Amino acid sequence: MSISRREFLKLAGVISGVTVASTVGGVLIGRGADVLKELGAEDKPKTIRWAMAIDTRQFKSDEDFQKVIQACHKYHNVPNIPDPIRQVKWIWVDTFERAFPTLEHEYISEEVKKRKFLLLCNHCDNPPCVRVCPVRATFKRPDGVVIQDMHRCIGCKFCMAACPYGSRNYNFYPPREFLGEINPAYPTRSTGVVEKCILCFERLDEGKLPLCVEASEGKMYFGNLHDPNSPVRKVIAENIVIVRKPEITTKPMVFYII
Amino acid sequence: MYNSDKVIIGIIIFVLFFSMPFWLNFGRAKALPKPELPADSKECVESREYMRAYHMKMLLDWRDQKVREGKVYYMNSQGKFYKMSLQNTCMKCHKSHEKFCDRCHQTVSAHPDCWRCHIAPEEVKNVNK
Repeated sequence: MSISRREFLKLAGVISGVTVASTVGGVLIGRGADVLKELGAEDKPKTIRWAMAIDTRQFKSDEDFQKVIQACHKYHNVPNIPDPIRQVKWIWVDTFERAFPTLEHEYISEEVKKRKFLLLCNHCDNPPCVRVCPVRATFKRPDGVVIQDMHRCIGCKFCMAACPYGSRNYNFYPPREFLGEINPAYPTRSTGVVEKCILCFERLDEGKLPLCVEASEGKMYFGNLHDPNSPVRKVIAENIVIVRKPEITTKPMVFYII
Repeated sequence: MYNSDKVIIGIIIFVLFFSMPFWLNFGRAKALPKPELPADSKECVESREYMRAYHMKMLLDWRDQKVREGKVYYMNSQGKFYKMSLQNTCMKCHKSHEKFCDRCHQTVSAHPDCWRCHIAPEEVKNVNK
């Protein structure tokens, strides 16, 4: 097969165009509107893809964080283990450097670098923990929530190794011994299973907001990423957002407004 | 058959010895479990006979439907809706697993591991102190 000079140039033009476009759109940082376009959020208005946006500008004092964390941990019977290596946490606070390790070298203001960030499971669109689970205990629901079936977990810790965000914790200690008060509406865990944030999927199914969003009093936004009128879409489109470790293409669904 | 008289007597003694638990306990069902039924409610999710026979299947179905399929409500044979939840539906009436579940389970030597994670209201009091 021979190719004419004219056709070759056409083809080369198309290929370079596609390459440039995919490079420009390939990073999940920048104008929120571009991020949404890249995720294909606008194309599927009838499906659900839950997402969360955290307005880091509004979280100022330690009290703001603790209110959110306690709301989650108290309800879900998350044990308060003093050992920092073996602690269990569903939602926690860390520095910019540790939350966004690949972004720290960029020219960002000192104020942002000193800011504290609320971290939780990102409920990735492309979750590595789901791929590695040998018993399919961890799975992604059709609405995008990544949850773990505690009945199936065998405690192999593969998901902990796979998660790039440190969102998963293993129960080294019997959790009931580290609970001040047990909430009878929710189970505890047993020694030997991994646990993480479940985005309050039971509340979502009942049409309620996740507990952290409710407790944050307007500092966190939640909604369907595929619905252009949802609070999370509006706030992402209007602000500069970043996600954690965008370069590993897990497509996190927790957006941080800077 | 050689030595038939001794062999037959031996077989009879053997059979009687091995069936001892049956004929010794015949007619006196002493170890029947007595699970404590809730005082304040009369009807369960399904009829008493159905629950006795199929509660384990129902609980597994509820577990899979709630965790795996994201369903919230169970419709019973009367068309009534119940939230699928061990701790928030079953244990609202059956307040203690030691006084209800365990009594039968111990008799039939069934050991489900529900209570390693799930917790009943009366046990919450024991743990909280």
